[in-house]
Amino acid sequence: MDDNKKPESKEQGGQNLGGVVLTEAQQRARRSRSVAIAVALLVLVVLFYVMTLVKGPAVLVRPL
Amino acid sequence: MSLISEGANVGRPGGANLVDQGRYDAALYEPSIAEVGDYIALLKPRVMSLVVFTALVGLAVAPGSLHPITAFTALLCIAVGAGASGALNMWYDADIDKVMTRTARRPVPAGKVKPGEALAFGLTLSGFSVVTLGLLVNWVAAALLAFTIFFYAVIYTMWLKRSTPQNIVIGGAAGAFPPMIGWAAVTGSVSLEPIILFAIIFFWTPPHFWALAIYKKSDYGRAGVPMLPNVAGDAHTRLQILLYTLILAPLGVSPWLLGYASALYGAVAVVTGGAMVLLAVQVYREASPADRACRHLFAFSILYLFLLYAVLLVDRGWGGLIARVAA
Repeated sequence: MDDNKKPESKEQGGQNLGGVVLTEAQQRARRSRSVAIAVALLVLVVLFYVMTLVKGPAVLVRPL
Repeated sequence: MSLISEGANVGRPGGANLVDQGRYDAALYEPSIAEVGDYIALLKPRVMSLVVFTALVGLAVAPGSLHPITAFTALLCIAVGAGASGALNMWYDADIDKVMTRTARRPVPAGKVKPGEALAFGLTLSGFSVVTLGLLVNWVAAALLAFTIFFYAVIYTMWLKRSTPQNIVIGGAAGAFPPMIGWAAVTGSVSLEPIILFAIIFFWTPPHFWALAIYKKSDYGRAGVPMLPNVAGDAHTRLQILLYTLILAPLGVSPWLLGYASALYGAVAVVTGGAMVLLAVQVYREASPADRACRHLFAFSILYLFLLYAVLLVDRGWGGLIARVAA
């Protein structure tokens, strides 16, 4: 299969449903981007959790 | 109905879709092929590493204490903020990047990342880096980071770069802010010492970039970027390089003269500053186009800045960092 061919409209029983079928390359790229976003969010959650422990009760003191 | 599905209604009788209206651009709505590596390239990792290094020095030499995890968080936010401004720069400058050999393979001009994706990526990371730095470290550092991103993306990229040959002189301030942000992360304020660290990078930028601009003149000329050699000529640029280096060399020594750094730093700053002046004199005196001398100055200027900051880190900050980690 040509990885770089353009996505085609999804057809079912001759009916154009208006969707888009991703090529293998597009699916692979999307999966890797999704994993990267998940990792970034996880890092953010862990960072805020650890920093809350580091700051202790002072985390509630927020003078501007 | 989504734009994509509207666009797919081609040929339906009576369908007043975007294609019929001539408003559908297929390339714009085509699914992305961008890999994670393309997004990392948008962050300009090499520039980011220099930013992290100078911010680390600012953070390490600052008086006071900072928990190692807080220090790590500050550096992470500064790195992401620097990357975000790089992504915004690549979004706006895609047209210029496309015609320059040095930048033609960047993700946006290469067609791997769409301009809108680069813009969204840059804006998202800008917001997250500034807010996280403010919430977890302090708001003075966060405000400085926000200003740095704004300065690089808007003042330099959108305005100065295309409008004046002084673009990298004023725009150089964006690259000079990281040590000041690192200092502010520890102290919550700014004083003379981080301003000197700022000034060293500020006055280092013109000789560094103009040396590059002289031997990449045709590249910048093709892209229509008004770099000083293209606008004022090589001779004037080489004089400017020499003048800025004559300001930079004593400025590099000033942390020692003002008692902020040891004699070791002073010795390194005097020797490397002297070498910078010698190379700048060679650039000034070499027959046009002076490509060889410019390449030497460009390469040595990177080593010069690295050495000054590395010695300052070892001299002033390393002991402090180790003590903080041990504590």
